[in-house]
Amino acid sequence: MRRMFSWISDKLENPLDLKSRLILGLAVLVLIPSFFTPLWSLEFWSYQYPDGLSLYIYSHKLVGGDDGNDLNEINILNHYIGMAELQEEDFLELKWIPLALGIFMLLTMRALIFGRIGKVLDLFMIFTYFGLFSIWSFWYKLHYYGHNLDPRASVNVDPFTPPVFGFEQVGQFKVWSYPGIASYALVIFGVLLILSMVFSLKRKEQAG
Amino acid sequence: MFERLSLMKRLFVGVLILTMLAFLAGCGGPEGQRGRAGKGAGRSDVTDAALKTYVPPGDLDEYYLFYSGGHSGQIFVAGVPSMRHISTIPVFSPYPGTGYGFDNESKEMLGDYTWGDSHHPGLSETDGEYDGRWLFINDNAQGRIARIDLRDFKTKQIMTIPHISANHGSSFVTPNTEYITMATRMSVPFPEGTYADVTEYARKYKGVIAGIKVDPKDGHMSLGWEVLMPPFNYDLGDAGKGVSDGWLFWTCYNSEREFIEGGKLEVTASQRDKDYVVMLNWREAEKAIAAGKFKTYKGAKVIDPAKAPGVVYFVGLAKSPHGVDVSPSGQWIIGSGKLSPTTTVFNFEKALKAIENKDFEDTVDGIPVLTYESVREAEIPVGLGPLHTQFDDRGNAYTSLFVESAVAKWKLPPYDPGDTDDAKKMEKYVLEKIPVAYNIGHLVTAEGDSRSPDGNYLVALNKLSKGRHLSVGPSIPESAQLIDISGDKMKLLYDAFTEPEPHYAVMIKADKIETIEVYKKDVEPANKNAVWEPEDTSVKRNGPNVTVKMIAVRSFFAPDVIRVNQGDKVTVHLTNIEQTRDELHGFAINAYNINIVADPGETKSVTFKADKPGVYAFYCTNFCSALHQEMQGYLLVKPRG
Repeated sequence: MRRMFSWISDKLENPLDLKSRLILGLAVLVLIPSFFTPLWSLEFWSYQYPDGLSLYIYSHKLVGGDDGNDLNEINILNHYIGMAELQEEDFLELKWIPLALGIFMLLTMRALIFGRIGKVLDLFMIFTYFGLFSIWSFWYKLHYYGHNLDPRASVNVDPFTPPVFGFEQVGQFKVWSYPGIASYALVIFGVLLILSMVFSLKRKEQAG
Repeated sequence: MFERLSLMKRLFVGVLILTMLAFLAGCGGPEGQRGRAGKGAGRSDVTDAALKTYVPPGDLDEYYLFYSGGHSGQIFVAGVPSMRHISTIPVFSPYPGTGYGFDNESKEMLGDYTWGDSHHPGLSETDGEYDGRWLFINDNAQGRIARIDLRDFKTKQIMTIPHISANHGSSFVTPNTEYITMATRMSVPFPEGTYADVTEYARKYKGVIAGIKVDPKDGHMSLGWEVLMPPFNYDLGDAGKGVSDGWLFWTCYNSEREFIEGGKLEVTASQRDKDYVVMLNWREAEKAIAAGKFKTYKGAKVIDPAKAPGVVYFVGLAKSPHGVDVSPSGQWIIGSGKLSPTTTVFNFEKALKAIENKDFEDTVDGIPVLTYESVREAEIPVGLGPLHTQFDDRGNAYTSLFVESAVAKWKLPPYDPGDTDDAKKMEKYVLEKIPVAYNIGHLVTAEGDSRSPDGNYLVALNKLSKGRHLSVGPSIPESAQLIDISGDKMKLLYDAFTEPEPHYAVMIKADKIETIEVYKKDVEPANKNAVWEPEDTSVKRNGPNVTVKMIAVRSFFAPDVIRVNQGDKVTVHLTNIEQTRDELHGFAINAYNINIVADPGETKSVTFKADKPGVYAFYCTNFCSALHQEMQGYLLVKPRG
């Protein structure tokens, strides 16, 4: 047991070799598109919307398809079941997620410069927590909107949670919910962090 | 349409039709299933016609067909080849379906008139090709012309000019939409409003033809110039193109220049063997205006052709002519005398030569008449009652024959030397005829007025339908027949029936028209009376004037109560704040004869006097949503103290 901890402590002090640092540099670049592309997208389809409706969740904004009008349309439809309007102002996430992404970029550069596996691992842990928390937060928002329906609404429906991932039939709509490019960029970011650690881990062993 | 149908679909349709035929044969044939219209004229090969006209659900037609609505005052929009009626564009008459003629803007455009007589739609052109921007349409009754914007299929301008009486020779468009025409069909004393008895017809009555200028940016129409003409009836026209670009042509009848009380114009106007084609050089007209060779009457700059030589010429044409049509190249000017069994082809280049050589056979009111023989290329024995001519892309012309109830297909020049002076020899240039049901007036081919007709479809616009449809009593609709002209033989494909009463129509390739389907909030110019949020709506009073700024959205109005006093003048500005395709909202006030319709993103205004005291519900007339029935409110009119 003690040997294991000492091995870990030892490894955390490992310096990052050039390859790992290059990977961290790449990881910084990979985060850039996450500011400009959607984290998540929801597609709604029913017979009377042959082109469907779409909703894109960016790190900093909510955007409807059809030049933004789909969000308006979703709100108009939701008002019949008494759902609160989806408004950017009500999404605190849209404020802290871009902030967090910026911090991740800085922390990655920091790890790159300080060049210790330990710094990368710290970053990876925080990042993983951020990812899980964001998904929970997203789920909670959907749950909240679907469970806080105005009891005086013209159409009464049972409380529901729109799908966070995958397909679900909601009323007359077929709804698909999937991660967007920005989420994939975040996954790649996480993988790159792991790779940067793994590469420096191996090199040291070979050298030793 | 066939590019749009996959081979599989075609096979499927073919098999479907064959199966149906087999089934029907088993039932004792089509006769056993459905009633049949009168035998005789106009039958088609069922399989061929069905394949060529069937547009499966969800598929789109290949062409737009814009029919004039005649004395309904509207434009009808159909798709070709399905011939399905898609929409009606109100122009000269109110149309509650779209609220046209009820809101302030369209009411002001209509003025005091509640109808018009729309005859000849004309599409805007660039380089002699339809450009899909605007559709122009004349009003024969009140001497008006209107412009429809094809971006949203709405009437944007209705214009009237002085001195035009019965604007029939309109609305023909020059190759770059420099001008559209207007012309007097029924001469009256000049200037407009003058009183003179019909006994003074020859001297005091005048015809006027006019060039309406079109702003190339926004299509706005304004009066360019007018030309004072002898008191004939100026009938139909066309604009020159190619070699004849810069010229306008009209036919005219009653060159006898008389209106004898009780003498029957049909008789008195048919005495001379020939009437005329008018040839007007619009660039010369512009020069005459620039040189000050005009007099202003009631604000219109009027050119007297006797004092501005070079602007107008006549050339004789078989009596009582109707259509004059310019071939795609612009060289052949086709005039049809409706009482003659021939159609005349004039050679525009010969006309230019005759003008250059002053080869005139006569002068009428100072207007030179070109020597007929010098200008005429040939007379084509097309058949009885030729009216109008259209063209394909293979050098053929198609002339409607009213009396014969047929379309004649014939070859445009060149002809073998020597043939043109021998009526018998000219017969071989008439290639084929197809009977139509019945009594065709105008006809239109795909892009037929452009420099490059498509040569695939022809629509015969027939005056009579005589039982080709389920009977609807004595007030019988018109018929429009789709004919395939792509092969050697013309083939009848489809019968469609229209409300009264198409005259001319134009057919344009569907992909040339780019429409919007909503008025986007941040794209369209802002309406100063628009409000977009419930909290910005208002009811404001200024003395006896009450102004309401209202929104409509699924499924409510805000405000939904309007309180006024009896006698107030109330203006409601209604903004449909929807931005979703097809979410229209109507606004009708019961017992107040008000119904306006606002399209998504549109603001419509209506002003009325609240003269009836009591409580009146208002509601959404254009079905919008599951709770459309609940979309209502109240107008409370407090009785005078």
